[in-house]
Amino acid sequence: MSVDENSPSGSTRRSVIEYFVGGGLLVSLASFLYPVMRYLVPPPVVDLGGDEVIAAKVGALKPNSGEIFRFGNHPGLLILAADGTYHALSATCTHLGCTVQYRADMGEVWCACHNGTYGIDGRNISGPPPRPLDVFDVHVRGDEIYVSRKREA
Amino acid sequence: MTKVQYGWLIRSIHSWSANLMIFFAFVHMFSVAFLKAYRKPRELTWITGMLLLFVVMGFGFSGYLLPWNTLAFFATKVGTEIAGQVPIIGKPMMVFLRGGDEVTGATLTRFFGFHVAVLPGIVGVLIAVHLFLVQRLGMSVPPKTEVEWVKDPSARRDIKFFPNFALREMMAWYVAMGALGALAAIFPWDLGTKADLFGSAPAGIKPEWYFLFMFQTLKLIPSKVWFMDGEVLGVLGCGLAGLLWVLLPFFESEQPSRPRKWINGLVIFALVYVIGMSVYGFLAK
Ligand code: FES
Repeated sequence: MSVDENSPSGSTRRSVIEYFVGGGLLVSLASFLYPVMRYLVPPPVVDLGGDEVIAAKVGALKPNSGEIFRFGNHPGLLILAADGTYHALSATCTHLGCTVQYRADMGEVWCACHNGTYGIDGRNISGPPPRPLDVFDVHVRGDEIYVSRKREA
Repeated sequence: MTKVQYGWLIRSIHSWSANLMIFFAFVHMFSVAFLKAYRKPRELTWITGMLLLFVVMGFGFSGYLLPWNTLAFFATKVGTEIAGQVPIIGKPMMVFLRGGDEVTGATLTRFFGFHVAVLPGIVGVLIAVHLFLVQRLGMSVPPKTEVEWVKDPSARRDIKFFPNFALREMMAWYVAMGALGALAAIFPWDLGTKADLFGSAPAGIKPEWYFLFMFQTLKLIPSKVWFMDGEVLGVLGCGLAGLLWVLLPFFESEQPSRPRKWINGLVIFALVYVIGMSVYGFLAK
């Protein structure tokens, strides 16, 4: 740099210009990058599920079997236990998110990904799942089976 | 969609070459590790090679989803969820990779972008640097040979890169191409069943073979270890092991006459671990 160190006025003038140029470049860079970053961050998805869905028709399930139903954007699992009671659970494994299934031969809910098992009450029994599955309420109205989120206590 | 003439062959060549590429990247890595070719001054060559291996596995992972079959769908779900286990940056990273909270069509377009644009760009640069370093620093010889050469310089034998080495290399490439074509034609890779976003994960679901050893390791860690989630521990442990492996050259002694024995042991252990866990993962139900 060929700035005269002894001339304070010269160096201030120069540094003011440097600030403007540098700051301007930074601001324009930020204005380029910001939309790109925002573009890469996906917008939040609204869960269209509401609080209640019709999971199945009465009689669609044989005793001791289960079926996946859609609960908004997520899969749910409706089980008709051997004793004739309905159970509805979230079908998303609490381990790493695979979709679980009902195993008639075990009478349990099973995740194929890493061999996790849950009871029909959602309790994690064995394997890697760290937490129980969410449990939903089941109501039979007419010939339809309604599943709804549990009311927060 | 499935009616394109010779589409099956192109797809099969793609799958076979992808799998073989990863296989030979591993073979190359272990041969370099066993012969200690990463020694000074080639540390950076080793590091770029390791980065290449990671990118190649990234290719595998992102390419895995693209057929959009059941296996791909759940593998991607689990894989991105594992990325989400990394403390602090995990969750945003997972959402970024998936293009949302869940694995959906948006994930497919993102992974396609990674697979055909982002990763090829990175790999191009890395290969260029890697090859440049190989040219610049020359091929390594095993420590024993190096010691002999230093003692008796007349024992030294080299060949020219061009044309001698390049021509030999071309022979090998030609044979490899023939083998690839034969494999692709005789054992075509199939496409699997289309992913159902609201279907259960099928029994016997497993990741591709090159992720099996990590998959099996994660499976063996209990869900809670002391105060930590097993997954988090597994992810951090694998990350740390990977990092130490990348830094391997810096633990090696500088005298070729006195190579570190424990590194040989470590490399053997790593090889046995990777093969053993893969076989175990393959056989386990
Ligand atoms: S995702 Fe269900 S056991 Fe791992």
